[in-house]
Amino acid sequence: MKKKLYFLLLSFAILLLPSLNPLLFSEPSSLVLKHQHNFDWPSSEDFLRIISLRDYNTRIVLLGTMLFGFASGMIGVFVTLRKRALVGDAVSHASLPGVVIAFIFMVSLGGTGKFLPGLLAGALISSFIGVGVILLVRNYTRLHEDAALGIVLSVFFGFGVALLGITQKMKEGNSAGLDSFIYGKTASMLISDAWLILVSAFVVLILSVMFFKEFTILCFDEEYTLARGWSVFGLDLMMMFLTVGVTVVGLQAVGLILVVALLIIPPISARFWTSNLKKMFLISSCLGAISGILGAAVSALVPKLPAGALIVLVCGILFLVSLLFGSESGMFIQLYRNLRFQYRILIQNLLRSMYEIANSKQSFKEDDLKSFMIDYEELFNFRSWKKMSLMIAVEVSKFKNLVIKTKKGLIFTKSGYLESVRIFRNHHLWELYLLNYAGVGLGHVDHFVDDIEHIIESKILEELGEEQRS
Amino acid sequence: MFKLKKNNPEKFSFHMDEHPSDIPIAVHDLTVSYNRKPVLWDVDLNIPKGKLVAIVGPNGAGKSTLLKSILHLIPIASGAVKIYGRTFKKNKHLIGYVPQRESVDWSFPVNALDTVVMGMYRKIGWCLPVLRRHKEFAMECLRRVGMEDFYNRQISQLSGGQQQRVFIARALAERAEIFLMDEPFAGVDARTERAIVTLLKEISSSGKTVLAVHHDLNTVREYFDHVILLNLRIIDSGSPDFVLTEENLRRTYGGRLTLLDKAATALSNLDRE
Repeated sequence: MKKKLYFLLLSFAILLLPSLNPLLFSEPSSLVLKHQHNFDWPSSEDFLRIISLRDYNTRIVLLGTMLFGFASGMIGVFVTLRKRALVGDAVSHASLPGVVIAFIFMVSLGGTGKFLPGLLAGALISSFIGVGVILLVRNYTRLHEDAALGIVLSVFFGFGVALLGITQKMKEGNSAGLDSFIYGKTASMLISDAWLILVSAFVVLILSVMFFKEFTILCFDEEYTLARGWSVFGLDLMMMFLTVGVTVVGLQAVGLILVVALLIIPPISARFWTSNLKKMFLISSCLGAISGILGAAVSALVPKLPAGALIVLVCGILFLVSLLFGSESGMFIQLYRNLRFQYRILIQNLLRSMYEIANSKQSFKEDDLKSFMIDYEELFNFRSWKKMSLMIAVEVSKFKNLVIKTKKGLIFTKSGYLESVRIFRNHHLWELYLLNYAGVGLGHVDHFVDDIEHIIESKILEELGEEQRS
Repeated sequence: MFKLKKNNPEKFSFHMDEHPSDIPIAVHDLTVSYNRKPVLWDVDLNIPKGKLVAIVGPNGAGKSTLLKSILHLIPIASGAVKIYGRTFKKNKHLIGYVPQRESVDWSFPVNALDTVVMGMYRKIGWCLPVLRRHKEFAMECLRRVGMEDFYNRQISQLSGGQQQRVFIARALAERAEIFLMDEPFAGVDARTERAIVTLLKEISSSGKTVLAVHHDLNTVREYFDHVILLNLRIIDSGSPDFVLTEENLRRTYGGRLTLLDKAATALSNLDRE
């Protein structure tokens, strides 16, 4: 029965697909038609005008997109941590039929149908119906959440597109511009729209800060939240309400297809910079705001480029930068940490070898380090290491002022010698421990020590020293 | 998405009378089922105060289900659970819950101290900020489990035993009277296991009750004061010396132990020959 229902919904969606055609193929061309002239770069005068915000319209657009990016970056942190990012996508797609129905309704009442708060109210209602359907499908059928999301996303969007086709045939009212909800169009943003975004961004800010504790615990551990007596359903509903709210006010700027990007990308980019939730919250909202303002600015400079797409592109670039250079878990910092660890092992091996060679010679005196030199040849034969790694070890040790490099060999510096004494002692302690307590055979002990001595914490070494003394 | 949970066992309760009692957890005629298949059948149970109590039984015996139904995390088909003689709703603040370690996302951007502070969120109340004295108390809880040096570590950088100890500190921060633990020793090395047991004994000796799901039959006698043998229904409960009889274990573990018995007899026969 339920399978049949699912099948029916699916076939319904497939039937609606052809109605996408006029939209996908005719709409972008209508966008192009608005600017008859060829592509040209902004003149320096245009550039100055945008940068200095001399233009009233530009000011509003930049303010609006910035606030929108800020709000979505903020609520996006919780949405992604709750692993609900794609719900945002389904919700934004589900808003289209609401927009069009609101338009038809307002036209039939005798208005122009272009009253934005009315359109957005329609979007809000149909988004919530979408959330409701997702809930129903998930809780009362055996289908999984992804199936529920897919059904709602495609069917609602299909329905919206079909309705859009109807409005184009209507005699009353001018339906042109409704499609800006699909791809987003910032140029038409008015001061009232900016106010609307400002108010909703403010509401998101206040509620997120107020319920920071509750949202945190919900995202971290749902079962525990329930066990401690919170209403998980209520908290989820509030989070969903904020998500839908942000999505709906962003529809006009970014468009319903791309709006989900601003819910997902800023938070996951912020995660590369910090593992502190509060900082993540801050960084994510800043990244969202930067993408909003930069994207809109570039789009204002080059009239043919749609703002929504550019905002998302800037967002993507910021993600790439975070992925590479993020100070917490970016790729370069990880590479650096890895390399630094490798170098530390190399240096420790070098210094220990030098110590052992030096102390096996009669001519070596601790208070006269300068007059004793260890040949490269001898050093190379002392351990089984590659020529390359020995060379790196020598260079790094020299850089750290642990050894003095001469043509034929190496000389300890004062600090280098002290370091080598410490390393040798640690090595020896571990050897004794493994032999006496861990029961590692004599033949294996050196191999084990070599692996472990580099990563052991100083506290454990102290304990080992105590043990040996007693 | 949202989970619609129907936690309203009182509706079916035959024990509506409420008077405070000394029994931390009293379970009456509890039956729980998943998809019409019973997981717990007519469970009657009194958990004694100030004891370390183990729930022991084979896989799928309903051990975690028993914990979760005490916490009202899953719908109850019939029966009732009383916390110190009152309904769960009225006394839930007395229960600290230490979930299975796998149940949370350890890459979550939070450090050990903040995780412990989460135990105090309920007490701090809706919408109010975490203050310094809350953090200080959380730090005190970390100190009690020996984790104060790691307070600033992101939780994914902790070992399994350390993560478990942070969870226990979180339950301490709730100032709970009853600790419910789902397999506290899972994925923990022997030394940490003993450290956690010492900690639990400390907790129970201060008059608090610990109820833990436990797997290892070999250590039950050593670790716990009270054992509940469970396989869909309660086989027996009481002091380990009386409860852990061969007969009871066979009834709990059913065929498998019998099979082991057979193998043992066969081996001893072989030896004799």
